[in-house]
Amino acid sequence: MSSVLYDAPGPKSRARSRLISVVGTIILAGGLLALIVVLGLPKTSANGAVQPGLWDISRWDVFNDLLVWRTLGFGALATLRMAAVAAVFALVIGVLFSFGRLSASAWIRVPTTVLLEFFRGMPVLLMMLFILLVFSTGSFWAGVAALSVYNGAIIGEALRAGINALPRGQREAGLAIGLTPVATRFRIEFPQAFRQMLPIIIAQLVVLLKDTSLSFIVGYNELLRAGLNQLANFFGEQYKFSFFFIVLAIYLAMNLSLSWLARRIAKRTGPQAGSVTKDDSTPPIDPVQVDPQALGAQSRS
Amino acid sequence: MDAVIDNLPLFLDGFRNTLGLLLIAGVGASVIGLIVAAMRISPISSFRLFATAYTELVRNTPLTLVLFFCAYLLPLLEFSPGYFQLAAIGLTVYTSPFVAEALRSGVNGVHVGQAEAARSVGLTFGQTLTFVVMPQAIRMVVPPLINVLIALTKNTSVAGAFFVFELFGAARKVTNDRGDAVIPILLAVAAFYLIITIPLGLIAGRIEKKVAVLR
Repeated sequence: MSSVLYDAPGPKSRARSRLISVVGTIILAGGLLALIVVLGLPKTSANGAVQPGLWDISRWDVFNDLLVWRTLGFGALATLRMAAVAAVFALVIGVLFSFGRLSASAWIRVPTTVLLEFFRGMPVLLMMLFILLVFSTGSFWAGVAALSVYNGAIIGEALRAGINALPRGQREAGLAIGLTPVATRFRIEFPQAFRQMLPIIIAQLVVLLKDTSLSFIVGYNELLRAGLNQLANFFGEQYKFSFFFIVLAIYLAMNLSLSWLARRIAKRTGPQAGSVTKDDSTPPIDPVQVDPQALGAQSRS
Repeated sequence: MDAVIDNLPLFLDGFRNTLGLLLIAGVGASVIGLIVAAMRISPISSFRLFATAYTELVRNTPLTLVLFFCAYLLPLLEFSPGYFQLAAIGLTVYTSPFVAEALRSGVNGVHVGQAEAARSVGLTFGQTLTFVVMPQAIRMVVPPLINVLIALTKNTSVAGAFFVFELFGAARKVTNDRGDAVIPILLAVAAFYLIITIPLGLIAGRIEKKVAVLR
């Protein structure tokens, strides 16, 4: 229960920590409250016009309109559709990449490695623009293609690390009972690696879902564009903040539920490591910084 | 090819701004991330709660949304120091929880026995952290931190869509002017990004190997 880093506090330090805790809470809550109040104050713009504060009813009445919710719903569906299609392709590409990088033949391995480094080092947004301009695919497929190639590269690296982290005996046993090298990889190594790396793969899918918002920039009509561009332009400036908060809430709901799923799966399948600090025992899965080599090294040790 | 050479000054201009964003946001995110990480492992529960909430909220917000807020909504609140600065603020905020998580995972990666040993010879919380846990954690934290920087480098491209003239902005402008030479232009811009990201990745891999041997 108590952390290793400090003793179970005695009465004196308990009192002190309670004091600090109360003061800290007051400071944090006060800061938040001040922010909310300041945002809520009516403000006078440069030309003397007075605008109502952010929480004023006149900024939120637009949500009585069913059309707003319909537009937001369609936007969210468009986001989810792009994420779903891209996720399927990313998984397929990831599997192909991992097999390519582990191939016995240098003719396959080296080009795959170069390609993978190229895709991993380039911004997704640039890739979207590239695909949009060069292949003139339309914004939906430009987004899907860029997201699946980029995330496929990262999932591929994760899978490779997973396969590398398996005990050598697995492959040897597969070969010894007469399976071909390809069959060994597919039927013995890959299923284990996939299960091992599932939390990381799901975390990467959260990144993918988040990154669909980039397709807003190449003109795809998804949640961000629907909420912050179309609706805000249609209903006027004073609703911009309200739309922002609603869009933010929808994104958070989608991403947090997927992250929660990733964490549940990590808890069930991941390594049970002891931790120095008090809070959640799961190893933090960091979508952006997932470094397959580090993960490989970790799970080997 | 001539499209690339003719517009090289533009690309270099963009590259400078990309590096500027990377530097400012990198330093800013490190500072905020350090504070958040310290709050996250502190004994005070309200700090822990705040840090956890901050990390979870910001990490699950798309970067596009953060930068949209900075570029379009902050000026409405009469805060407009210029689009470059606004983008730098957005990138700083967006990157800070990733830094915090990298730092925390480093602290968690130190073997429990180390902390237990330090505690059992009578070191306090602060001493345990500064003399035993942190020196080991920092070493393990460098590769994931570099990976955060690599991600930040790529993320600066989003600022190009919000009125900042960096590499992606340069790419957009030049491809608009020279629709006939899209492929060389985009490859050139990609090369500029790779100049930053690939060396960083190599350094991370190198350090990782060194640390792995030491442990």
